Amino acid sequence: MNTCTKTNDSGISHRHTPKPDRLGTFFHLVFICCAMVGVVSLATIAWFLFSEGLAAFRQAGVIELVFGSEWLPPALFGIFPMIAASLISTLGAVLTGVPVAVLTAVFLAELAPKWLADIVRPAVELLAGIPSVVYGFFGLVVIVPAIEVLFNIPAGNTLLAGIIVLAIMILPTVITISETSIRALPPVYKEGALALGASHIYSIFKVLIPAARSGILTGVALGVARAIGETMAIIMVMGNAPAMPGSILEPARTLTANIAMEMSYATGIHASALYSTGIVLLIFIVLLNTGLLYINKKRVH
Amino acid sequence: MKKVIGLAAAIGLMTTPLVQADSTITVSGSTSVTNVMEVLSENYKQTTNKTVEVQGTGSSAGIRAAKDGTSMIGMSSREVKKDEMTTDTKGTVIARDGIAVAVNNNNPVKNLTKEQITRIYRGEVKNWKEVGGENKPIVVVTRDTASGTRGAFEDILKLKRKINGMKVSAITATAQVGNGNGMVKTIVANNPFAIGYISLGSVDSSLKAVAVDGYKASDSNIAAGDYTIARPFVLLMKENVNKEAREFVNYILSDAGQKIIVDEGYIRVN
Repeated sequence: MNTCTKTNDSGISHRHTPKPDRLGTFFHLVFICCAMVGVVSLATIAWFLFSEGLAAFRQAGVIELVFGSEWLPPALFGIFPMIAASLISTLGAVLTGVPVAVLTAVFLAELAPKWLADIVRPAVELLAGIPSVVYGFFGLVVIVPAIEVLFNIPAGNTLLAGIIVLAIMILPTVITISETSIRALPPVYKEGALALGASHIYSIFKVLIPAARSGILTGVALGVARAIGETMAIIMVMGNAPAMPGSILEPARTLTANIAMEMSYATGIHASALYSTGIVLLIFIVLLNTGLLYINKKRVH
Repeated sequence: MKKVIGLAAAIGLMTTPLVQADSTITVSGSTSVTNVMEVLSENYKQTTNKTVEVQGTGSSAGIRAAKDGTSMIGMSSREVKKDEMTTDTKGTVIARDGIAVAVNNNNPVKNLTKEQITRIYRGEVKNWKEVGGENKPIVVVTRDTASGTRGAFEDILKLKRKINGMKVSAITATAQVGNGNGMVKTIVANNPFAIGYISLGSVDSSLKAVAVDGYKASDSNIAAGDYTIARPFVLLMKENVNKEAREFVNYILSDAGQKIIVDEGYIRVN
């Protein structure tokens, strides 16, 4: 938040002191154009989604579409099971992935001997570079059969498989950002805690992690965004059945998987229903981001 | 002067496609047929130097395009219904494609009736022992609702039901869904309880195609009409279509064209 207000201030002060500096004005414009690329993209995407997806909302009705439980194009377009699958898989991935990631970050920043950190850190960074289709394939040939054996169920393509793959996928994001924010803490925090007689572990849990929580939360937010937006890996391991899952040991289809699977050949109202799936997803992400902004703001004050 | 040259060049560039358009044959329709059609058009271009433009838009769109004349040739990967045709549109079957019903290599079931397959996909039969197999649950694997293979499979096995006056799929909603032949194959090959359906051309040793009503899924059984889960690849043309389009279809039906169809894993008709 602080950085945000700072850039605003400097922008205003530039406008208050007019300089006949042509190069300056030129670069000013360049900066504005660059800054607008993201905004314009978002506006275009939203406009596009709404213009294509409204037809389905109009035919099926918002309530039927969002809370309907049957997906049978071209008659019924209920995406509630997919909303549930997206939320459950993301929540599950955060609940299992974030503790592991935060503890790894603490280990890397505070506890690991240098030689071990030099192995763990590049491994984590490499994990971030692996394409999601590879995660999906790994899930399909390793995690899915493992679930079949462990839980003795006929098909391992389940919500649980999706949760595990997503949990692994969000690790690098959360680890890297958490570690950076723990390292960025002023050394006096830790020194003070140790000087007061706290043990190393006590100072980590009671001082360092609470002090770095804003950075850790940012990492979690990015992890959530990655989990809810992940498509390819999910399609490969979750079974994609458009029915409401009764437990995490049943197949399910997420919102993103629904769009990706059916977009290629869909026509007419069916295609429109897929765009409206995109609208729902967009609204979710907006809600999520506002929620996190709100939490962060509250913490800062 | 520069401007004049630029303008002339621009006009030249704009008109070239128009000049070429006379000899370009336009084809659109089924995405399943598009794959083999692209290979055919490339070979046709090499032998005759005529350009064929292929677009995958789906069977229904292809039939409509041929009828409206927006494309010279329309492609369909299913039987064309009577009410979709007009009297001056003519359909030519250029190849056949079988849909194989596949199970895991470790599954002892070798034969299923169409009735049994329909009931499995409706979710009424849930255990292999009810269809002559072991006492094991059945994992049903299907394709996404927009897939042409799924459409043909549902049509042939009467896996359709009506909701609000619209035909929708009757395949159980709890079935696993694969987005492509390859993924259905991977799931069936790795799961001993799975049943799936894929294009016959994609069957290999990783899984096992079952016989349907006692007939094996083989090219000869499909050509003879004994193996019934098969679909034709149909090209549609208006009777007054130009000579180039007609010649192209004749090329596909010729020995050279049919050989390409076999190479791509489909069944020849001539």
